[in-house]
Amino acid sequence: MTRHNGSSFRIEDKKQEGTTVFFTGKLDVRSAPDALRSITEHIERNPPGTLVADLANVSYLDDFGVLVLDRIRKTVGKKGGRFLLRGTGEKAGEILSLFNFEGGWRGTLKERQPRAGLMVSLGKATLDQIADLRFQIAFMGSVLLAFLTVVRHPGFLRLEDTVASMKKTGVDAFPIVALISFLLGLIMAFMSSVQLQQFGANIYVASLVSLAMVRELGPIMTSIIVAGRSGSAFASEIATMKISEEVDALFTMGFDVTRFLVVPKVLASILVVPLLSVFSNLFAILGGLVVGVSMLDLTANAYMTQTFKTLRFFDLWFGLFKSGFFALLIAWMGCLRGFQASGGASAVGKATTSAVVSSIFLIILWDSIFAVIIRYWG
Amino acid sequence: MGFHLCRDYQVLGIARLMAEEAIIQVRNLEAGYGTQVILRNISFEVHRGEIFIILGGSGCGKSTLLKHMIGLRPPISGKVKVDGVEITESDQKTYRKLLRNIGVLYQSSALISSMTLAENVALPIREYTGLADDEIASLVAMKLALVDLHGYEHHLPSEISGGMKKRAGLARAMALNPDILFFDEPTAGLDPITSAEIDELILKINRSLGTTMVIVTHELQSIFRLAKRVIMLDRTARGIIAEGDPTYLRDHSGNKTVRHFFNRIPMSEEMISGRTR
Repeated sequence: MTRHNGSSFRIEDKKQEGTTVFFTGKLDVRSAPDALRSITEHIERNPPGTLVADLANVSYLDDFGVLVLDRIRKTVGKKGGRFLLRGTGEKAGEILSLFNFEGGWRGTLKERQPRAGLMVSLGKATLDQIADLRFQIAFMGSVLLAFLTVVRHPGFLRLEDTVASMKKTGVDAFPIVALISFLLGLIMAFMSSVQLQQFGANIYVASLVSLAMVRELGPIMTSIIVAGRSGSAFASEIATMKISEEVDALFTMGFDVTRFLVVPKVLASILVVPLLSVFSNLFAILGGLVVGVSMLDLTANAYMTQTFKTLRFFDLWFGLFKSGFFALLIAWMGCLRGFQASGGASAVGKATTSAVVSSIFLIILWDSIFAVIIRYWG
Repeated sequence: MGFHLCRDYQVLGIARLMAEEAIIQVRNLEAGYGTQVILRNISFEVHRGEIFIILGGSGCGKSTLLKHMIGLRPPISGKVKVDGVEITESDQKTYRKLLRNIGVLYQSSALISSMTLAENVALPIREYTGLADDEIASLVAMKLALVDLHGYEHHLPSEISGGMKKRAGLARAMALNPDILFFDEPTAGLDPITSAEIDELILKINRSLGTTMVIVTHELQSIFRLAKRVIMLDRTARGIIAEGDPTYLRDHSGNKTVRHFFNRIPMSEEMISGRTR
């Protein structure tokens, strides 16, 4: 007699009558796994001509118990034996009939559709990309139209939402942008000083830090931080609204969804990201100044004079323009990915990831394009 | 103990005692959010194997009470004992063990959206039993067949209807055949046919597996079809205003709110006269 968690079974092998398994007590989730292992192993070792499962003393049977009986039946069948049930009470009978134990067994999972072949997957991916591109273009058009409406009728702008977005994207991001930029300035000054000191060109640390930050790294770093903070927030907010039918509700209430949700976010980003980028430049220059004064024997005055000598107004304006353009990309991509979401919670995650990755890619791509333009123009 | 013995118990009259064994006891429960008290002085028992309904108007604290009974929220004061475990005082290990013995069907079904129905149902079975993959697959098929979802194994929750989601949620809630099943508004927002199907499913599971059912609902037809015993909560009273057989309460309750609730009559006199005009 083997006992397991409130249930027990006894296997009796008789030459003429075959094997009988007497089940006692509960045949449920707790006892089923052990019973299943022991009995099927026994059958594998000593295949019976006939196996009788005796349920007369079973007090509780559920689908886990039915699974045990089915697996015993299958194992016996595989070995060429016969399976019989005995002592099935009213309740156990009801459970067994629930799963059609005797005919048309309901415990077989439908086969999963086989995976598509390479060509089919490739075709599907291509069509998806085309559909994505069409959506992007359509969405861009819709954003442009919404902006035109706001320009023609400034009263249509949701000012409160815009100000709230400005706070979330700008004010709330200030500490992290300031800290990262300060450290970036520190690192750049420190790393470049190691090389420049060899030539006695310490003072050029100031030029390197200021030029690199104002023209390239300030806008890029700020934009990447904003993409991570706000682009993701835009995408997840709109995606959640989309899957919980809030977007549909706004639409049926007669709102222009793009003007309601997208314009405030895009406008707020375009306004605050350049400002953040100015702060980023200032803090990076401050970081460089700390290294210059503390390690390179430069005076603060000399450092700042060199900084101003290096920078042109054009650099500053161009950096600010780039920041504004990147902000447009971030907010546009965040909202776009949000609107593309469909399904459940995982769709929100996918939209968020996609928004951040696409934004960062676009930032770098457009920065390269600007670099080429400026090479031939400036 | 076999079915034979059960019959003996009946002869001895013990079956009745067994049937009324309290599987859930709520004692002097005070519940709320923050400092706001929603329910106070709540005491009742749920008997093993019965279908017990918690009902009441919107905002009366039905779902809050359910959350306290499962241990999702700690009460302000009072005790809740589920299947012998004081969930208000138990340690994490005991509580986690208890959780395997209860199943919950949430209002929104709460299926994991990134998993197919089969994966959703298989999740607890894979975690808590030592069964092999093909055995789990068989069990999942059986459970989905039980809730009439055969053929939808590989669908994602977003690809099926609300009623199907509820049924899939039920299949997952009973993945480990728990002793107690909790339902939060199982038929809310469903069409009458689907609602009736869910009610029958609840009865079928209760009958065949003897599962204790605690249901939060305000669907009158479900209440009369399913329950022999209900408690009714009220927002103004912040507690239980009626307990007993729903049919009896409908016809004989001394409380106006209870009578109006069961007979679907507005509380305001003006609206009643408006109806009769």
